[in-house]
Amino acid sequence: MKQLFAALSAMIALALPAWANDQITHFTLDNGMDVLVIEDHRAPVVVHMVWYRAGSADETPGVSGVAHFLEHLLFKATENLESGELSATVARNGGRDNAFTSYDYTGYYQRVAADRLELMMRMESDRMVNLRLDENDIATERDVIIEERNQRVENNPSSLFREQKNAALYLNHRYGVPVIGWRHEMEGLTLDAAQAYYDEFYAPNNAILVVAGDVMPDKVRDLAQAYYGVLESNPALEPRNRPSEPRQMAERRMMYRDARVAQPYVSRSYIAPERDPGDQKKAAALVMLAELLGGGQTSWLTEKLQFETQTAVYTGAFYDGLSLDDTSFTLFIVPAQGVTLQQAEDAMDKAVADFLEAGVDADQLARIKFQLHAAQVYARDNVESLANRYGEALASGLRVEDVQAWPDVLQSVTEEDILTAAREVLVRKHSVTGWLMSDTQEVSQ
Amino acid sequence: MILRLVFALSIALTFAVPARAGVEVQEITSPGGIDAWLVEERSIPFVALELRFKGGGSLDAPGKRGATALMTHLLEEGAGDRDARAFARAAEGLAASFKFRISDDNISVSAKFLTENRDEAVALLRDALGNPRFDTDAIERVRAQVLSGIRSDLKDPDAIAGRTFDAMVFGDHPYGSNHDGTEHSVAALTRDDLAAAHRGAIARDRLFISAVGDISADELGQMLDILLGDLPENGAPMAASVTPSFSGGVHVTDFETPQSVVLFGQPGIGLDHPDFFPAYIIDTVLGGSGQESRLMREVREKRGLTYGVYTYTVDKDHADYMAGSVASANDRVAEAIAVIQDEWQKMRDRGITEQELEDAKTYLTGAYPLRFDGNGPIARIMANMQASDMQIDYIANRNDRINAVTLDEVNRVARELLDPKRLTFVVVGQPAGLSN
Repeated sequence: MKQLFAALSAMIALALPAWANDQITHFTLDNGMDVLVIEDHRAPVVVHMVWYRAGSADETPGVSGVAHFLEHLLFKATENLESGELSATVARNGGRDNAFTSYDYTGYYQRVAADRLELMMRMESDRMVNLRLDENDIATERDVIIEERNQRVENNPSSLFREQKNAALYLNHRYGVPVIGWRHEMEGLTLDAAQAYYDEFYAPNNAILVVAGDVMPDKVRDLAQAYYGVLESNPALEPRNRPSEPRQMAERRMMYRDARVAQPYVSRSYIAPERDPGDQKKAAALVMLAELLGGGQTSWLTEKLQFETQTAVYTGAFYDGLSLDDTSFTLFIVPAQGVTLQQAEDAMDKAVADFLEAGVDADQLARIKFQLHAAQVYARDNVESLANRYGEALASGLRVEDVQAWPDVLQSVTEEDILTAAREVLVRKHSVTGWLMSDTQEVSQ
Repeated sequence: MILRLVFALSIALTFAVPARAGVEVQEITSPGGIDAWLVEERSIPFVALELRFKGGGSLDAPGKRGATALMTHLLEEGAGDRDARAFARAAEGLAASFKFRISDDNISVSAKFLTENRDEAVALLRDALGNPRFDTDAIERVRAQVLSGIRSDLKDPDAIAGRTFDAMVFGDHPYGSNHDGTEHSVAALTRDDLAAAHRGAIARDRLFISAVGDISADELGQMLDILLGDLPENGAPMAASVTPSFSGGVHVTDFETPQSVVLFGQPGIGLDHPDFFPAYIIDTVLGGSGQESRLMREVREKRGLTYGVYTYTVDKDHADYMAGSVASANDRVAEAIAVIQDEWQKMRDRGITEQELEDAKTYLTGAYPLRFDGNGPIARIMANMQASDMQIDYIANRNDRINAVTLDEVNRVARELLDPKRLTFVVVGQPAGLSN
């Protein structure tokens, strides 16, 4: 379908002499560590990130939360750094640092003046291999992650609801276990569990270095070789073959009641395919489907349920194709006052059925594609988000060329692709439907 | 006037930020007399435009709480000859982004649009600001969304803590209640109320503008006259200043949830006060610098009592104070509060060390230029600076002012400013061992 928008594409391409792909340099060190350099010379700032191809879904059953626990412990002592010294050093240099854990990856980053890059590499490469876990840190830091769980999950009924719903969506895959961990397993996390995860997954051949900002690729290559290139790879590292989903044969339904719920809603998630190397077409169609159904003010669900009828206060559709294994496609509806959850769910189902019947509005699809084009322009203003995009993609099993092909794959999606993907994915027996309710709410209509 | 600004050169010995860090800010006046700050940045074909209308939620007329907020949410819900859906389609078709936000002190507009369709995007934004329709169906739809949010806030521990804290500290002043209004006040708002709120809030006498991106000074001037030239000259009078009232002690609001949420505060000083920078350094060392702060070390790193504890200086248009937050399980929060009280007292009595002062200076001065790293962020910084009465040369002088602070000054201000007796805690949850 690209031809249809050829005029549009040409215009944008002309307006973008330095296309984002020109900013990217990619190479691999001899020990297997991937390195990606993203240039942006507008400000003398650099973002230095190391992504490990290991997240909570790579944990051993029984120690949920250990990937995230270890992420916290990486700020403690190493053979060369005191506990807390890395962050203190970053701060003294005017930078900031943090880390994050997801299902498929764990990442560490610092954002500093560009001339401090070498110092960051020295410290980050050190903690890749020289961590010295201390029993004294374990108990205190375990309390910290339990307070983190309290803050993010236990104090928030929507989070508890999502956690329960995810557990029902995945019958076999570790995506059904929360990244932060189940509370009862977090309470039992030990030094040995953290050490085992570290020994298995923290190695250069399981890591991606992303350096973005006011840097030259050759200089980064020299520094990366000096600090990361000298580390030994882990030959025992296994391919990431996790337990996969069996045939899903039964629709799941759940109600979560909590006295703290003021605004009930219905949310349904379907198992959905993710972006795969060289095979992103279906994922692109699902991105378009989510946009068309629930992406904004002009989307189908908003139109039918908020404008033409006042059934809902909010509606939406989500799909995130960046995932190593099967991901999900989610619809939700927040009913208007006086509308029951059953009525809301029925209205949402009818609207989706009507969409499949009516087909795709060509003008709307063109608008979405133009916005995605423009997003490429706006994205260049934020080199840190570009760095995140590449890091996340590479840690989720994609290659640089897949990230670079993605905008074109999105532009090539047709109405037929979208409707085919919708019929394939929106199948009730592959789904879980959840109602989030207050403790006193009636179920009956 | 064009000022060439170069960051951090004065501290080049400790922190070698190259001269390229300089951002060239132009102060322009449009043919129609509208002032703005501009940074021309031609490498990406779009413009980030930031507008600040001072006054914000504090402009609500008596009995009309929530009117300015609801009006702000309705600006993009139909304007000129387009209803809400036609407006959204037009904006999406241009891939332009308009964000309208309200705070106690401002209505902020964050816009970005492509060079290739800039005129059309500006025409659309002009309608939203000057000719919002306030169609009945749009009012009801957005009112229902606001009410849903207000009802959710009634059962959210963070929101309950914020509401309780504000009411206790600011009483009947607009800062003492949420600018979204209450279920009762929002339900009663009429179209006339919204039109009045619009006349009061969207006016040129309170407007501050910045732009960064692919546009020249002349083009920006012409654009601003088209965009804003027809807005009324004057709006509603600003709210009065208020002296925050901190009675000290711990105040518990019972709410069934496993982790208690805590806000705390005491009187503070604003940017215009001669002791502001020493006070800012005290805040940085105490709880403003994330992982490196004393509170984070004592409450989180040593005792594992929380995931995060923070302090901040609050410099609002009509009040200044110091505040902070922490969250801790119901059976541990009393200890967390005791540690914070203890650290407050220690800071007051003994101040900070020479090493802490040096670390705070290199942190603050090093981090500052790193903020200026994109069209959007630079535009936001410049708009906020103008709304806070800051001059362009603040950018160049700010780090010098921090570096000039002495240990004696910091420790004098710590003794004068920190007041453990008035340090007031609001706790929402079911904390063990704490009661009113």
